[in-house]
Amino acid sequence: MSDPVLKVRELNVQVATPEGAKTVLDRLSFDLRAGETLCLAGESGSGKSMTALAVMGLLPKPMCRITGGSIRLGETELVGLSDAGYRRIRTARVAMIFQEPMTSLNPLMTVQQQLVETLLEHDACTSAEAPRRALQLLRDVQMTEPERRLKQYPHELSGGMRQRVMIAIALACDPEVLIADEPTTALDVTVQAEILDLIRNLQRDHGTAVLMITHDMGVVAEMADRVIILRHGQEVESAPVRDLFAAPQSEYAQELLAAVPRLGSAPPRRARPATDPVLEVEELSVRFPVRGGILNRVQAQVHAVENVSFEIAAGETLALVGESGCGKSTIGKALLGLAPWTGSVKVAGRQTRGLGSSAMKPVRRAIQMVFQDPGASLDSRMTVGDQVAEPLQIHGLASGSEIADRVAHLFRRVGLSPDMMARFPHEFSGGQRQRINIARALSLSPRLIVADESVSALDVSVQAQVLELLQEIQDEDGLAFLFISHDMAVIEQVADRVMVMRLGQVVEEGPRDAVLRDPRHAYTRRLLSAVPVPDPTRPRPERIETESLGSPIWPVGEGPQLLNLHDVAPGHRVAS
Amino acid sequence: MSATRTSDTRLPPRAGRTAGVIRALLSRPRSAFGLAVIVLMVGAALFAPWIMPHDPFEQSFDGLSMVGAPLPPGGEFPLGTDLLGRDLFSRLILGTRTSLIIGVLANGIAILLGAGVGIAAGYFGGWVAAILMRFTDLMMAFPALLLAIVLAAIFQPSLLIVALVIAMVNWVQMARVIYTETRSLAERDFIQVQRALGAGHLRILLRHLLPHLLSSIVVFGTLGISTTVLLEATLSFLGVGVQPPTPSWGNIIFENQTYFSTAPWLVFFPGAAIVLLALAFNLVGDALRDILDPTLKGRH
Repeated sequence: MSDPVLKVRELNVQVATPEGAKTVLDRLSFDLRAGETLCLAGESGSGKSMTALAVMGLLPKPMCRITGGSIRLGETELVGLSDAGYRRIRTARVAMIFQEPMTSLNPLMTVQQQLVETLLEHDACTSAEAPRRALQLLRDVQMTEPERRLKQYPHELSGGMRQRVMIAIALACDPEVLIADEPTTALDVTVQAEILDLIRNLQRDHGTAVLMITHDMGVVAEMADRVIILRHGQEVESAPVRDLFAAPQSEYAQELLAAVPRLGSAPPRRARPATDPVLEVEELSVRFPVRGGILNRVQAQVHAVENVSFEIAAGETLALVGESGCGKSTIGKALLGLAPWTGSVKVAGRQTRGLGSSAMKPVRRAIQMVFQDPGASLDSRMTVGDQVAEPLQIHGLASGSEIADRVAHLFRRVGLSPDMMARFPHEFSGGQRQRINIARALSLSPRLIVADESVSALDVSVQAQVLELLQEIQDEDGLAFLFISHDMAVIEQVADRVMVMRLGQVVEEGPRDAVLRDPRHAYTRRLLSAVPVPDPTRPRPERIETESLGSPIWPVGEGPQLLNLHDVAPGHRVAS
Repeated sequence: MSATRTSDTRLPPRAGRTAGVIRALLSRPRSAFGLAVIVLMVGAALFAPWIMPHDPFEQSFDGLSMVGAPLPPGGEFPLGTDLLGRDLFSRLILGTRTSLIIGVLANGIAILLGAGVGIAAGYFGGWVAAILMRFTDLMMAFPALLLAIVLAAIFQPSLLIVALVIAMVNWVQMARVIYTETRSLAERDFIQVQRALGAGHLRILLRHLLPHLLSSIVVFGTLGISTTVLLEATLSFLGVGVQPPTPSWGNIIFENQTYFSTAPWLVFFPGAAIVLLALAFNLVGDALRDILDPTLKGRH
């Protein structure tokens, strides 16, 4: 076996906090060889990103510093290297791609300028050759229409294309090590599959060593040769990927793998007695105007949601899936009156079209929403007790000491101690914050909760707990859920019925097992086959063909062709 | 609301909270200094007639040297005298009244107006924002001093009018800053949640938006104090501000600026007073911002 390109030994990193120095990486050691992919996996706060930043010499100064150990890149010691020394190393020998490609690219420079800048900075070629090299790099990352892309700015590219540009920049100088920090977390699953595929191919062709950082065990299974599981800055387990998935040795790795939702493994949903619908939606459409020109007139419309109809019965969970921009979140917002809509929405049999804000108030009590980002949806300047109490005050449902009792009850209900009421949101973990959000949504005793990507921002073990809580609440109260998510495995766990959306329209709907196990529409199949499977023994999927989605923006008066759904089985309907 | 304040889920009642904030202010050396300066100045303004060692309007013969030049600080006149032989210390003390009233009143009106316009435009958007912000732009484009002179010339010069005129000129920047900030806040999830809960506009504005805007308001408000006091001086200098012989810190500087090389104390002491006032409010404001932000608790 070849010598390792990157050798990390006993690496210690400390962060300064108000309470004193805190060790975030504790004696971490690993080797990375040419052509190998090593995955650092772990939940938030495990120190996986810290490792990447330490290798790149990008630890935030002055709060963070390396307090011991060594990082050797070939013959070069990186710990204690000067800034000037690091500048010669970064991109030339160790390159990094980040999670969010938009913020990593300069919005004021064209793709060509950014590639050429990197090439010239490291004397990879002469300025005369640079444009040709830039084009070649885009071809290497399999960019469509590379000549045209060179002249474009980052905002003109899709998320997947931006990440390709980032990879092209990272590979410009043919580095020995590529560090990828959650490179596909911000991308849709089909795009994620494409990018992972690309990284694999490039690695094979160039023999680059890849250090991949991810929280997603599915990505680990598809990419890694070896895995290191981190927790609280310490290595918990280090093993070849197949061994780890087949027989995890440490207790933590076992728990972590057990918590990963696996597509196709969810138990059957319990049969429910037929009940009246809580929500009936007919021909719901949401359009946003695009204004422009001298007079600021409406020039086009974004057809975010187009002619969508569905029902949700009491105690039922309907899942809405689709990729970003398909309109699934807009439906949730429209139901709560946060987006302008046309069509018909009946809540518990009551038509809400045309209701003013005061007439909407009782309706609102029946529908509540839990957002994706548990931190951002809480007011950082108000105690969590006050925030859970607020809906009760707004709707005049309780007063005086009754409020405190109700809030305490709600806290216990979501598994939090009532002692925590006087604290502020920043004193809680992500999972606890989402529990608080759920408590607030429950305070009005709603009939339906719209959960918009409510567990997507949480670590898998926390995610499993929150899903369990939601299930419990549903079983006890017969609450209905509209569960909006991009994560097929999560949807399989919670949904009774599934609706797949694409460009604002429903392409397939039906009972969970019918849609997920017997998908009829090509798009549903594509979505399902792109999901990374947490099983390294499974053969890696064939290359997924890139498909352009089209645009939801239409000139005024025009619109997309409406899809007709036809029955393929009882309750299972597919667009033709 | 008042009933709910007593329950244990709430923060301590209002009065207790205010006391807590004042305690926190006094526990930090910088804000305690600022608070002390403000208290001293307010005291000086209130009790001016009893503190002043001389009549601030009396053109004392003793107050001039043999050749008729003003006296430097020391002796009978602790801060020296001005060109007419008046005691500078007494004039500064009486000037505290004018300057405090202008600084606090004019600035207060400017803050209320600017923050109000900014929040309303930022939160409601649409045509409300279009009208309010176009009007703000118009005010910005208008030369501030010219506007002040016109307004002061229309109304009879009096302290209140001067304060109003200055507020009219100064609210614009505040409105701009608050508008931009409100716009981005209003899009944030925790405000969307409130809308989804059915909260009224007033509740969202006062309970959820305002606390997050407080730091900008405090910073801009304290910065505004010194510009306000100086603008008053400019107006007084042009004859449309506080009318002589009533002293204000600003007009003392302007009356005497040509004698800066021979009698520097006449400009130095009122200037120092303005700096001290602005600094005091700034220190208190900064501390207030940190105290009111729960995420910074225990980190000062």
